[in-house]
Order: sequence, then structure tokens, then C-alpha cells
Amino acid sequence: MFEYAPAPESRSIVSLAPSYGLFIDGEFGEAKDTFKTINPATEEVLTEVALAGPEDVDRAVAAARRAFESWSARPGSERAKYLFRIARIIQERSRELAVLESLDNGKPIKESRDVDLPLVAAHFFYYAGWADKLKYAGFGSDPRPLGVAGQVIPWNFPLLMLAWKIAPALATGNTVVLKPAETTPLSALFFADVCRQADLPPGVVNIVTGAGDTGRYLVEHPDVNKVAFTGSTEVGRQIARSVAGTGKRLSLELGGKAANIVFDDAPIDQAVEGIVNGIFFNQGHVCCAGSRLLVQESVAEELLSSLRRRMATLRVGDPLDKNTDIGAINSRAQLDKIVELSEIGSEEGAERWSPPCDLPDRGFWFAPTIFTGVTQAHRIAREEIFGPVLSVLTFRTPAEAVEKANNTPYGLSAGIWSDKGSQILAVADKLRAGVVWANTFNKFDPTSPFGGYKESGYGREGGRHGLEAYLA
Amino acid sequence: MTATATSRLSGRPDSPADLRTFLHGLPGVDKVGIEARAAALGTRSVKTSSKAQAIDLAIRMVDLTTLEGADTPGKVRALSAKALRPDPADPTCPPVAAVCVYPAMVPTAAAVLAGSGVHLASVATAFPSGQAPLEVKLADTRDAVAGGADEIDMVISRGAFLAGDYAKVFDEIVAVKEASGPAHLKVILETGELGTYDNVRRASWLAMLAGADFIKTSTGKVPVAATPPVTLLMLEAVRDFRERYGRQVGVKPAGGIRTTKDAIKYLVMINETVGDDWLSPDWFRFGASSLLNDLLMQRTKLTTGHYAGPDYFTLD
Repeated sequence: MFEYAPAPESRSIVSLAPSYGLFIDGEFGEAKDTFKTINPATEEVLTEVALAGPEDVDRAVAAARRAFESWSARPGSERAKYLFRIARIIQERSRELAVLESLDNGKPIKESRDVDLPLVAAHFFYYAGWADKLKYAGFGSDPRPLGVAGQVIPWNFPLLMLAWKIAPALATGNTVVLKPAETTPLSALFFADVCRQADLPPGVVNIVTGAGDTGRYLVEHPDVNKVAFTGSTEVGRQIARSVAGTGKRLSLELGGKAANIVFDDAPIDQAVEGIVNGIFFNQGHVCCAGSRLLVQESVAEELLSSLRRRMATLRVGDPLDKNTDIGAINSRAQLDKIVELSEIGSEEGAERWSPPCDLPDRGFWFAPTIFTGVTQAHRIAREEIFGPVLSVLTFRTPAEAVEKANNTPYGLSAGIWSDKGSQILAVADKLRAGVVWANTFNKFDPTSPFGGYKESGYGREGGRHGLEAYLA
Repeated sequence: MTATATSRLSGRPDSPADLRTFLHGLPGVDKVGIEARAAALGTRSVKTSSKAQAIDLAIRMVDLTTLEGADTPGKVRALSAKALRPDPADPTCPPVAAVCVYPAMVPTAAAVLAGSGVHLASVATAFPSGQAPLEVKLADTRDAVAGGADEIDMVISRGAFLAGDYAKVFDEIVAVKEASGPAHLKVILETGELGTYDNVRRASWLAMLAGADFIKTSTGKVPVAATPPVTLLMLEAVRDFRERYGRQVGVKPAGGIRTTKDAIKYLVMINETVGDDWLSPDWFRFGASSLLNDLLMQRTKLTTGHYAGPDYFTLD
């Protein structure tokens, strides 16, 4: 066997301070109450960050409120300059930010380097371009910003989700208070430094770190005009409840259980790549992951044997190694959840398979796994696992595929694999999912709106549609 | 495979119509997908000990080639000497797999290579266009074998293939295979003229069904030669063919592979598509000329820690 020697990306490009305070009104404060953030691949403590309480959130919202008046009064072309500058600085610092993201999140460096960071910069470039064209975006002749946006983001794509939230908010003249996820606060704090480097006026972007309570203070804060959340459906529901009747605008991007549908005329080798990318990209910590494989029964055996052969080549391990395909699970809690649901899958009678694969002793790891013989009645076919676990179901006809694909409380994304264009169009038309990928999967672009049906949330992020959530 | 309508007795297509049904029943190839996969495999980082191992393997896989109208006995003798001892300064450097020349040059090369273990390949069958009567192609082949070639690189009739006359292409390969006798037969698909990935997959299967020992991408005489996605597709084809018929067929990308970096990308592709069984000069070759010196240069860099200039490596 041709073994690849270790090819680790150097982490020396990232220098971490022993602790980080909150970023409010353009300044990093002292960290009083703190919590630690660890590298999930080694359980090593990276640094500690401030735990924001209600008064901290108050201060952050007040700073954003003060900044709002002058920020929103600037011509769009002026705001665009700042966004373009931020985008360029992100490009310049992309290696540092990629290494940092992999350290804090556990994702493989090849993904943070080749997917996350380029998309982050692209998002800022894209919305910078809209800032002076809002009058022509189709939201009336004089669209107005909403005010202060309270934004809460998840741990799976920390910097990318930050970009999805902050870029359109700033382009439209809003100011923001953003809370990164408890387990992945670092890239947001480094982004605060990028804002300073770009001379962004104080208070336009504020970063408050903390856990669930901090997020709750933020979304329930009376002076917040807009709440944007990406995360679990459970928390999304609580937020919807707390925001109801307050007049705050709300957008939610929640869970998913996407169907990836493979028809018998699919390009098999490319479909296998798409399945792998759909569920093992980012350790399966992707809300739009293709976690339910629906394969036409007549090609199921052939497809699954190709899939197993392909899975045996996946390289699980050190996220900073350039040849790693699957990194670490982001946290102990998430690992426990994946383990639990996988055990339920076996107990309910589905057949579990993973390729032989050595997992490191320390850190949080889970081998890529598929369950075959899964039916609609299995919990692993209905609940979001949010890990590298694929449930495989079969179907007989296109109509049955559509029925099964839609038979879920979620509706974020779906995939179709077929060589027949007419079939792709006909099936895509019937799928109730925000994004339908044809002969590809997990492809993102700032120009394309993203969002869900049903319990996958409401509102759209990205594209022209993404502006609407921040304009009145 | 989803192909049907093969003979129940032989398991193979046995009439022109069956052949067509079979080839058109192969799964399609998604262009965007296969190009993305090939590009992704190209990002593997191969360093230090793996790189050293890869370079030596790549050298052992080179079919050192000269196919010019200006080839002379002197040029061919020099090239053959280089094939035996690519790096005169370093006896640990392995020889290449084979020398590849025109039929007229076969006796000259044979005289140098005899008994060395380095194979002698000859292009034949009215290379590179293949536009000649079958009898001429067969005579070309027999001549090369008689002169001492133990590998024949034939071209398929792209004209017949593109006209849909698969049976003609099939029969020609069978005839050339017979004329080659004990020599190994490499079948050049000239993928740059086939136009689509679907055609490359069909041509690969057609050649394998007709008895090819190797399938080869290109002549090196048309603008588009070997590319990573085409080679990936051909590797998938030999993998699937072995799974179905139990016979292993080799793959040879040729033309346009000039750097060590490129060569290593191909080795990574073998490693992660078909695996160990093809990681050998018996089953994978690079048709190249300038590639060898870049491999030697990188090899020297790995052992000495610094780059030597081009004048420190022999021309041919």
C-alpha cells in the first residue's frame, strides 16, 4: 500500500492569547467569568473566553444601538468599502483563520482551507456589492435597515455562519451583536480583530461569547430589532416562542434530514462521490447533509458495494493533516448523541457498517458509518444525527422516492442523481426542500438563497433573498 | 454494471447489436463530478518518505518514448541507454519500464535492450491516425514483433468508433491481438478525439472485451492527451471489468505528463481508486519523455537536499 507520510499544516501561524474578553464597542474587554475552549481532536485546552452575562449583553446591544444611527446613515457605497476591506483581510489571513477553525472545531484543514474560508470571503464580497444597490433589489424604492440584529450561530461552520449573518446585516445598514457557539468561539473573536484592522466603526459589530444563556439574553433583549438564528430545531422553537408578539423580525435556519435520491440511471461513480460528500463532509455536522440515502432498489446492491469500497479510502484523523478527509467530532456532547442514535439504529434492526479505521485515543472520534435496511419507521431515518452516519433506504419508482423524501418534518435540502434531465426537473419540482442539488451535493454559493421548509426554519440567507431578512 | 443483453453462454456481447446495447448500457459519466473528483485527488500532499517511494515507482513505470519523424538509430540507441540507467551518477536509481519507438526503430532499440529486463514497446497499426487498411496494420504489427518488440501500442480506428461501428473496432483489436502473438497489447483510445467521457468509458470496455492487455489514453499527437479525469475514468473501467470478468487490464496515460508532481497525482489516483494491485509497472505505465528527467531531478533533491541544474541530468 502506498502510504502517505504525515503532512501537517503548521499551527504556528496562529497565536492564541491566554484569555479573550468580549468585543464590545470596538474594544476587547477584560474577561471576568470565563470558560475554556478545547481542541476536540486532542482535548487540549486552547484558551479561555469570557462568559457574557445579562449586563454584558446589555452593553453590547447599547453599543450596537449607538453605532446604528451613523452606520445606517452612511451611503451604501461607504458601507461597501468596509465590507470589501473585511473580505480582503479575510483572504489575506485565510491560512491563519483556516488553521484556527480546524483547531477549535475539529474539521479537516483541507475543508477549512478550500471550502470554509473561500466561501467566507466570497460572502463578504457578494454583500459588499449589494450595499449601494438596495433600492434596486426589489424591496421598494427606499428600503430601511431594521436596527440592531441579535445573531446566534452554531459550531459546525463557525466563521462561515458568522459571514452569512454579518455580511447581509452590515450591507443593509444594520448593526449586530453576535454570539458564536460555546464550543467554537475563537474564529469570531479573530473576526473581531479583522473588524478593527478594517477600521470598522466601533459598535457596528459586537461579539459576545457564552453558552445557551448568553444566547437567550441576546434574543430576548428588548432593544434588539431582529433575531437571526442557525442551530437546532429545538432551540429554534424556543426562540420563536420568545420572540412571538414582540415585533422583532426573525429568521431561523434549523435542522434537516435530507434525502439524497439515486435513480437507476445515475452516473454511479459520481453518485458515490456525492453520497460521500453529502454525509461525510465536515463529519456530517451539516444541517443540509444528505443523511438519508434513497436508492432505487434495482441498483442498490451495486451502489452500496461501490460506496463501501469508497468509504474504505476515507482518512480519519488529525484535522491539521492535509490528507485528512474526516476530522474530529466537535464535542463530547455531540459524540454522545451520535453514539446514542447509532445504538438505537442497531437496536431497531438496521445493519450497521463502518470501514476498518483506527481512531486516535484522545479526542472525540466517530468512524464513518452506514446503516442499511433502514425504513421510514426507524428513528435514524427521522431524527437528525448530525454526524458521519448515513441511513440507507430503497425505493421502487420515482413517485415512491418523492413520497419518502418528503415524509419528514424537515425540508432543508435534497439531492437527485440521474442521467435523465427530464427526470431531475420533474422530481425537483415535487420535493419540498429549500435547496435541491442535481448530480452534486453540498455546493454553496453566496449568490444562491439557502433556507428550509417546515421544521427546517424560515427566511432565506444568501443571494438577493438574504437581504430581505434585514430590510423593512 | 447495468448492461444487459450479453450472451447467456459466454457472458459477453456476441453480435454487433449486442455490443452496442452493452456499451450503451454502461452507467453514464457526469462530467462535472468526475473532474471534481480528479481535482480533489490532486490535492493529496505526498512528502518525504512517501515522495521518495513514489518517485522510484514512477521511474519504474515510465515508457520512455520517442515518436518523431526525425528519429534516427543514434537517437534511439541513446534513449535506450538512458532507459537502462536513467541516472548514471546513482546506481540505486531503477531502470524505466520500457522504451517506446516506431516499428522501423525496433531492431535498433532491441540491440541495446536485449536481456536487460527493460521492455521494448512499438507503436503500430498506422500510428497515430489508424487510417489504413487492416492488412497494412497487421503487417505493421508483425514487423514490430519480428524486430523484437514485446509490447505493441496499437491505435483504434476513431473514425469507425465515432461512426458507431463498434464491431469493426472490436474485430480490428482482436486481429491485432492475434498478430501480436506473445507481445503485450496496449490499445490507444485517443481520448482527445473521442469527445465525451461516456465515449471513453465505452471505448475502454470495447478494448478490454476485445482482449487488450492495457488501455492507453493517447498517441501524444493530438492537442488533448492524458488528463487526470480521463485516467480516473479508465481506472474505474479496469476495476469494474476485473470485477465482472476476473481479468486484470493495465492503464497507460500518455502525453502531457511532464512533472513529478503530475506523476504523483496519478499514483494517488491509482492508490485511491483501484488500489495496490495496479501500483506496479506491470499494470500502470506513463507514456512520457521529459517526465523522466524531472523525476530524476526531484529524486536527487530528496537525497542531497538541493536541486541540481538541468545539465546534471542526461538529455537522453
